[in-house]
Formats: sequence, structure tokens, C-alpha cells
Amino acid sequence: MKENLYNYILGIADNSLILGQRLGELTGHGPSLETDIACTNISLDLFGQVRSYFQYAGKVAGDGRSEDDIAMLRKERDYKNVLLVEQPNTDFAYTISRQFLFDAYHLAFLGELQKSTDLTLAAIANKCIKEVSYHERFSSDWVRRLGDGTEESKSKMQQAINDLWVYTDELFHQTEADKAMVTEGIGVDVTQLKNDYYKYVSEVLEEATLEVPDVKYFQKGGKQGIHTEHLGYILAELQYMQRAYPNMQW
Amino acid sequence: MTATEQNIDSKLVEILEKVSDPEIPVLSIMDMGVVRSAIFVNDVVKVEITPTYSGCPAMDVIGDDIKKALKEAGYESEIDLILHPAWTTDWITPRGRKALENYGIAAPLDAEADKDVLLNGKRIVKCTNCGSQNTRLVSQFGSTACKAQFQCQDCQEPFDYFKCLK
Repeated sequence: MKENLYNYILGIADNSLILGQRLGELTGHGPSLETDIACTNISLDLFGQVRSYFQYAGKVAGDGRSEDDIAMLRKERDYKNVLLVEQPNTDFAYTISRQFLFDAYHLAFLGELQKSTDLTLAAIANKCIKEVSYHERFSSDWVRRLGDGTEESKSKMQQAINDLWVYTDELFHQTEADKAMVTEGIGVDVTQLKNDYYKYVSEVLEEATLEVPDVKYFQKGGKQGIHTEHLGYILAELQYMQRAYPNMQW
Repeated sequence: MTATEQNIDSKLVEILEKVSDPEIPVLSIMDMGVVRSAIFVNDVVKVEITPTYSGCPAMDVIGDDIKKALKEAGYESEIDLILHPAWTTDWITPRGRKALENYGIAAPLDAEADKDVLLNGKRIVKCTNCGSQNTRLVSQFGSTACKAQFQCQDCQEPFDYFKCLK
């Protein structure tokens, strides 16, 4: 089995899986009907993307494991998502800030992944980027609206951005699988995306009349499987059916 | 076959045209452009379909419906989901666009117009009820992944707009 490729695919897909699960929590609980539907639509897009990645990962693994096995039957340490996407919804300011900080990265990442020499990954990226452009339009629009909104919405947005900022640097860390895949022309060199990312995010924050946080210390670990306490709770829900009814199928 | 061309055996066209999108029953999957190829390989029909949106839950149902329709016509079939080239709203046929409009869903405009509508609030989406262009974007996301929500400011009718995807 091509272990680096397998781990690389999971590294990409787990971000969408965990963020999709987080957004799914808003089903019926969004702050308004339209935002509820929007967040769950984004969740659905992300799960759809995850299916494409995991089906491919299953093929790469070549031992018969299915997309569901990969999604459901792993331990916490085996999930390689960044810490940012597992942070709780808290309130709409946090939900939308987390979404924007991830979407801006996701869009840039997929733009590069489309050029991968791995044709399956390139095709998935080419499909996903169209959907993610809609996500980013939605989240950046809300950042501007709430930042440049009322005194209360502004202060809540600033608080959320300040709290989540410490998780942004990890997006640009390379894992072993990343490095190997970049060398083979398959993977995206995420370190190259960093400057443009912060430039773009800062521009949007400025338009939203929000301040760009001045942070020296960043959190990391998700890509190595070292997560915040939140992931355990997410998995408890995500994997509930499999634990209650092992090997169940829809 | 170029990337955007379909390759459908003429014997199968009529059968496939009767299969519709379960979420938009007036729209045939052929007019939606999701069937990319359907050819005979040793008496078995190989069908390639492509999803509109990655998470579209209709794809599994569409696959099953195609199998069923072909079976009724006496053909065994295999369905493959392909991602490349990615589906675009350009593949919806003129007949499909008409069917959407009649069903109360505004058909997609072109990509630039879409940006103007969804981002800059330009009023170029026509109300499916009264035809007025005095319409307002309610939300970029609608009842399914492929739609945005609009409301007509003249007749007050809320309606869906099929988002442009390129």
C-alpha cells in the first residue's frame, strides 16, 4: 500500500469530515432559517467531498476497507484534521469565523491540488473548488456583515477571530506525508500558501472593520493526531451508531 | 470524444430520457447532463454519470433508477460515477432549462451574471411566477445544494434559483 498517499488523502479529507460534522450540529439550531440551511448545505457539500476522498483512499489501501470504515472506524489519534475545524460552534460569530478562516485556506489549497499529477486528486479538487467558492463567498460575506455591523456583533466577531487565530498557523505545517507527496508532484506545498492567505484574510478583516490579531504563539498538533479535547466528543457522536450496532449498514 | 461531449448509444436515449432527477421530477437526467456515456460492452450497458454537487444525495437514487429503467427495457447495466470532467450548469439542455422554469425554478445565468446576482445584489434573475426582474436574493443556499433562495419584490413569490456552476 502507498502509505504516504493514503495518509495524505486522509489529511485532506479529515478536515472536511470534522468541519462537516460540526456544521451538521446546527441542523435545526441555526440562528435563522436561511443560515441554518446554508450551514447544513455546506456540511452536505463537505461530506460529499469526503466520500470522494475516502473512496479513493479505500482503493489506495487495497484491503477492502470502505469509505464508511475509514470515516467511522478509527481512533482519535488517527484523525489528522487541523485543530481549527474541531473547535465548537459556540455562537454564530465563532461558527462563521471558523468557517471563513478555513474556507480561505481550503480555496487556495484546492486551487493548487487541481494541478496534482495524481489525476484522481486533481479531478476531486476540480469538482470541490466550485462548491468551496460558494462557501467562501458565504462566510466572508458574513464576516463583513457582522464585523461592520452593530457594536455587539463587532465585539463578538473580534472575540471569535482573536480566539481562533491561534489555530491558523497549523494549516501551513507540513507532515511527513505532505513532504513526500510534494516531492512526487502529487501534493500541495502548503507553506507556499501562507503569505497570500494572511494577506487575503487581513484584507477581509479590514473591510469588516476588525483588527488582525497580533499573536506570537500558535497551537498545533491536529495533523499529528494530537487534538484538543473537543474531538473526542465529536467522535462520540459521529461513531455512535457503529459502537451501538457494530458493522451496521444503512 | 472531447471532454464535454456525451457518448450515448442511440438505442438507449429514449430509455434514459424517462429517468428524472428525484428532487426535480420534471427534469430528465439527460436534460440535466449528468449522463456522460452509455454504451454496450458485451451486452451489458455501461453507464457513466457525474454528480452535480459532491454531496448530492440524489446520485445514488439516480443510479438505481437508471438500472431499473434499463432492466425494464431488457438490459443489464453497470453504473460508474465519474468526477472528471466536472459537471457544469452549461450541460443543462435548453429543454431542461425550460422544464426548470415551468417547475418554478429560475434557470442558471452565466458565471459573471451569477456573481453579480449573488454578490453585488444585481437584479437580473426573473421571477418564475410573474416574470419581474425586481427580485431579491434571500440566501445563497436553498432547499438543495444546487439552489439559492430568491423572492420577487413585485408579486412577493418566493422561488428557487438554480446556481450557476462552472
